[in-house]
Amino acid sequence: MSATVLEAPVGASVTPATYCYDAFDKQFVAERTAQFRDQVERRLAGLLTEEQFKPLRLMNGVYLQLHAYMLRVAIPYGTLSAVQLRRLADIAERFDKGYGHFTTRQNLQFNWPRLVEIPDILEQLAEVEMHAIQTSGNCIRNVTTDQWAGVAADEIMDPRPWCELLRQWSSLHPEFSFLPRKFKIAVTGSPVDRAAVATHDIGLRMKRDGEGRPGFEVLAGGGLGRTPILARTVRAFLPADELLAYVGAILRVYNRFGRRDNKFKARIKILVHEQGIEAFRAAVEAEYAAGEHAAEAALTRAELARIQAHFQPIGYEDDLPERDPGFDRAVFEDEVFAGWVRGNLVRHKVPGYAIVNISLKPVGGIPGDATAAQMRTVADLAERHGLGEIRVTHEQNLVLPHVRLRDVHAVWEALGEAGLATPNLGLISDIIACPGMDYCALATARSIPVAQAVARRFADLDRQRQIGDLKIKISGCINACGHHHVGHIGILGLEKKGVESYQITLGGDAGADAAIGKILGPGFAYDEITDAVETIVDTYLQGRNGPGETFLAFHARVGAAPFKEALYAAR
Amino acid sequence: MVSRVLTANHLASGDVVYLAADGWTPLLRDALIASDAAAEACLLGRAARDEEADIVVDPYLVEVEHSAGRIEAVHYRERFRARGPSVRPDLGKQALAGALA
Ligand code: SF4
Repeated sequence: MSATVLEAPVGASVTPATYCYDAFDKQFVAERTAQFRDQVERRLAGLLTEEQFKPLRLMNGVYLQLHAYMLRVAIPYGTLSAVQLRRLADIAERFDKGYGHFTTRQNLQFNWPRLVEIPDILEQLAEVEMHAIQTSGNCIRNVTTDQWAGVAADEIMDPRPWCELLRQWSSLHPEFSFLPRKFKIAVTGSPVDRAAVATHDIGLRMKRDGEGRPGFEVLAGGGLGRTPILARTVRAFLPADELLAYVGAILRVYNRFGRRDNKFKARIKILVHEQGIEAFRAAVEAEYAAGEHAAEAALTRAELARIQAHFQPIGYEDDLPERDPGFDRAVFEDEVFAGWVRGNLVRHKVPGYAIVNISLKPVGGIPGDATAAQMRTVADLAERHGLGEIRVTHEQNLVLPHVRLRDVHAVWEALGEAGLATPNLGLISDIIACPGMDYCALATARSIPVAQAVARRFADLDRQRQIGDLKIKISGCINACGHHHVGHIGILGLEKKGVESYQITLGGDAGADAAIGKILGPGFAYDEITDAVETIVDTYLQGRNGPGETFLAFHARVGAAPFKEALYAAR
Repeated sequence: MVSRVLTANHLASGDVVYLAADGWTPLLRDALIASDAAAEACLLGRAARDEEADIVVDPYLVEVEHSAGRIEAVHYRERFRARGPSVRPDLGKQALAGALA
C-alpha cells in the first residue's frame, strides 16, 4: 500500500475554523449575484453602455485584460476551506482554461472567463460562500494577513477574527465605497511581519500593553506603485476595541483630504507624505476625539466575540507528543524528504502538528499558477490530513496549516505526485511575479518568463541553499503588484525604445524592518536580465562573511558599489 | 507609410478580435489593412457602429508590418495580444491551428 493512500473519505465532514456565512451574508451575496446577472443581461441587450457597465463589472471583480476578461475572486485574509478550493478547481475546468492564478493579495484570478458566463461563476462561488466583491474599485479591498495566522508559534494573537470584523464592517460601507483610490489593510499578529503591513494603506501590528491588554500599533500611508512609501506609525498602541472607530477616523480624514484631482496622487500615502506624519496624526486624532465611541467599542467587542466563535481551534488531537517517531525516521532515512521538511515545514503552536507550505514555484513554472487537478489534490489533502483548511500566501504559495506530524510524509508524497513538492520556500527560486504582459493590459513588459528564466538558472537546489534567504520580486509595470520595491532583488519591467527593459533595485525588504530597494543603475534587456541577477548573486557569494551573512546583511554592509562594479564596469 | 488594422474585444466573450472584410475575426492574419487615412477612417467608422451595436468594446488602430502575405504588429504588446501568453503557447490564438501562418 502506498503511503499516499489516504485515511478519510473525500467529503468527510471536516469544518475548518473559518468564518461561516449566516443567513444575512447568504442573502446579501445571492442578491448581489442576481443583480450582476441582470446587469450583464442589460449590457448584452444594449440597455447599458460600456461606460455605465464598466464600474459595475469592476465592483464585481471583472476586468478586461490583454487577451480576455479576468475575474478576481476574493479570498478573505487568504483562508479557504477544502470545499471552496475544490469549487475553484471546478470553475477553472468548467468555465476557464483549467487553472487559476494566486495573487500577491491572497486572491485568485481566472484569466479567461466569458462575460456571459461570469454570473454563473458568481453563483457557483456564492454556493460555497465566496464572491468577487471589493476586489476592485476605490473601496476597502480584501484585508490580508499572515498566512500562518492562528497557528504560528511566534504569534501574539490570532489576527483572523479582526480581519473578518474589518471585512464585514467595510463591505459596502456607504461612507467608504467611493474613496479617492483603492484602500488596502493588512494585519499581522506576529512580531515577525509576514504580511508586509508597512506597504499597505493601513497596517496593523497586534500588540499587548504592559498589562497584557490586546491592541494594535496602527500604521498608515504605506504603498508601492509609482511612489513607494512605507507606512508610518499613527498610534503606537490602540486598545483593540477601539479599532473600527479609529480606522474609521483615518478613512474619514483620507476621504476628506485625499486628492481626487490626480489619480497618481490619490492614495493615502501621498496625503500622509504631503501633510507630514505629525499633521496627519493630529487630523486623525482630532477626528477621533470628535466622536463618542463607547457604544461602538461595545459593539466591536460583541461582534468580535460572535466572530471569534467561528475561529475556535477545532479537531486537534489532544496531547500529541512534540515528536513523532515515524516522522523522525522518515527525515533520517530520506534525504529528499528531509530537504523539503527543512525548507517548507514550519513549527505549529500545537504539539504534534506542523504547518506545511506548498510551493507554487516549480522550477520553470508560472509563479502562483495552479491547475484544477493540483487544487483538487490540495483540497483532498486538507480534508484528509489538514482539518479542511488551506491558506494562500501573499508570496503566491499555499499552506496546509494543520497537519499532524505523523501525516506529513504521506502529504509530501501526494504533493510530489501532483508536482507540488518543490522544496524552495524562501529561496531564490521562490519568486513573486505579477502576471505582467503575458496577461495584464497595463503591463509595460513581461514578468513571468523572467521569473522562469531566473528559477531555471538557479535550479540546482544545493546552490539555492548555499545562497540562502534571497527574495526576488518582479513587476511588469510601475504599479508594482509584484512588490519589486521590497524585493531583496527587485525587478521592474519597463519599455525602453520599443523593447522590454528591466530595472533592478537592491536592498528592499517586506518584513518587520521594511525597506524600499534602491535603483542600481541603467536597465537590462530581456535577454540580459538573468545574467545580471546571476552576477549580483555571485558578487554576494564571493564577498560575504560566510553563509551566516545574508544577502540583505551583505548589501547593508557594503552598499551598492560592488554590485555596480560587477554589473556595469565591463559595459 | 505605416499600415494599421483595427482591433477590439468581443463584448460577450472578451476575445481579442480584428476587423475583417466580413466582420470580426480572431486572427490578425485575416484583418483588413488600412494603408491611408481614408481607409483608417473607414475602419474606425465600422468599429464605431459595432461598438454602438454592443458587439465589441474598446476598438483602436494597431500599427502592423506586412509583406509576402505575413502580417505582424509593430509593438510587442500587440504581438502578444495577437498570439496569446508567451508563457502558455497552448493558450490563446497561437494555439489555433494555422493561426500564425
Ligand atoms: S504590476 Fe503592472 S503589469 Fe503587473 S499585474 Fe500590476 S498592473 Fe499588471
